[in-house]
Amino acid sequence: MKRLAHLPLAAGAVVSLFPFYWMIVAATHRTRDLLHSPPPFLPGDQLWENLRRLEDTVGFTRVTVNTVGLTVVYTALSSLISAMCGYGLAKFRFRGRGMLLAVLLATMMIPFQVLLVPLFQMMANVGWIDTYQAVLLPFLANSFGIFLMRQAFLEFPDELIEAGRLDGCSEARIFYRIVLPAARPQLAAVVIFTFISQWSAFIWPLLMLNSEEKYTIPVALSRMIGQSHVDYSGLMLGAFIATLPIMAVFLAFQKQFVSGLLGGSVKG
Amino acid sequence: MRGRAGWFFTAPAAALFAVFFGYPLVASLVQSFQTDSDGETVWAGLDNYTRLFEDPLVGRSLVNIALILTVQVPLMLVIALGLAQVLNLSWLRFRSGYRVAYFLPAVTTLVAYAVVFRVLLNTDPGLLNQLLGTHIDWLNDPTMARVALIGSITWRWSGYNMVILLAGLQAIPKEQYEAAAIDGAGSLRTYLSVIVPQLRPVLLFCLITSTIGTLQLFDESFVLTSGGPDNATLTPVLYLYENGFQQLDFGYAAAIAWLVVALTGLLSLVQFRALRTKS
Repeated sequence: MKRLAHLPLAAGAVVSLFPFYWMIVAATHRTRDLLHSPPPFLPGDQLWENLRRLEDTVGFTRVTVNTVGLTVVYTALSSLISAMCGYGLAKFRFRGRGMLLAVLLATMMIPFQVLLVPLFQMMANVGWIDTYQAVLLPFLANSFGIFLMRQAFLEFPDELIEAGRLDGCSEARIFYRIVLPAARPQLAAVVIFTFISQWSAFIWPLLMLNSEEKYTIPVALSRMIGQSHVDYSGLMLGAFIATLPIMAVFLAFQKQFVSGLLGGSVKG
Repeated sequence: MRGRAGWFFTAPAAALFAVFFGYPLVASLVQSFQTDSDGETVWAGLDNYTRLFEDPLVGRSLVNIALILTVQVPLMLVIALGLAQVLNLSWLRFRSGYRVAYFLPAVTTLVAYAVVFRVLLNTDPGLLNQLLGTHIDWLNDPTMARVALIGSITWRWSGYNMVILLAGLQAIPKEQYEAAAIDGAGSLRTYLSVIVPQLRPVLLFCLITSTIGTLQLFDESFVLTSGGPDNATLTPVLYLYENGFQQLDFGYAAAIAWLVVALTGLLSLVQFRALRTKS
């Protein structure tokens, strides 16, 4: 009886995981072998061949370096801004605080596509199309991250902050040395989420980046789909490389991941 | 002193929000009352908004979204709730393995997901068709394209909701199950009077976020079907995107955006009210 429960569960897990498995299979075969009937179900031996072609056609190393660079810069800046803002909102009363909280709620309710056209025009006006700052800046302030950090700091005891002040610490030092280390798990959740969101970012980089040498992985892959002769195995290899770091981060930090996902939602 | 420190910490985020959220939001609202006439931007009054009501494609996209809201969202939440219940059973082995397996689709990169599904759903020969022994035109037949869209969204997001519901289930104190058992409640009775009421806020959270996500649906139909065939998978946001970035009709795109904003607010409010008064 108890063993029987595994049957539907395992079947569901296979459905859930099969696309990932097939990504690996397809990435290691020739495109024309994929279109054969029946298609291959085990990994093949074309991995290096596909990798070399991907490098020749879209400069995949360069594209990957771009993506890593953008993701690292974005994650560092955005997480810092989230932590700072979350702390300010949780522990200080100041004019404009209520308004800032309202803005945070609004950013979650309003589809970001509303902003696309005006943002695009803005970047065009200052001549920033095809630059990395245009890709990074608009989404640096991340309301999800700010909310999560605010939740974390709300629980931080005021007495410890006061003690720091009595010892003559500057506010910045109190934040950096006393408050931030205590919120390490939540900060980790924010870092993981910002990392994944920038690594996978698609529409905005697609609109901003025109020159091939500046492409990120998602943009480069989407350009490959648009070609008349679609290189499926190359695409699948690219998709696999695009998915790998996210999977690795997720598997390594499951706990932080789930706490980030919940963002304090389950407490109520 | 303390107020100034508060500003110091929030200023970077506040400035970024003002420039990259506040300004474009106001700009899009203004744009929704403007139109382009011979290369010049002119005031259009409510023209863009009245056009929404006469545009069959807006109606079509709303029908598509309504279909997903009534079919896909309940389907997904039932799957997620069922999985959460089962994976919460203490005697079940490999629980964490199953959790990872079901959650993984939620962390897939949009483009990777699109690429894989396009290849899987290919008509000829198409892996799914080969597995099922069929020749279904998944992405080019209007009905099947909707099935494919609903299937892929369900694949991607069920595990995500499952994890949230699972956390909700685990937040229910064990004593309450015991108390129910002592009071002689059967398992169905325990389920309905102990678990369901406690899980309501979490279910509400899942329902509202799924509804918002569906109203703003873009990624899946953009990459899988580009809204086709015959607009069967066109969504309001995809239509917004087409008007703004392909037709360069900024005013009309902005009006569609504000229609989505209004719908999002309205539906969230209705769900919030409906589910809150019961508890």
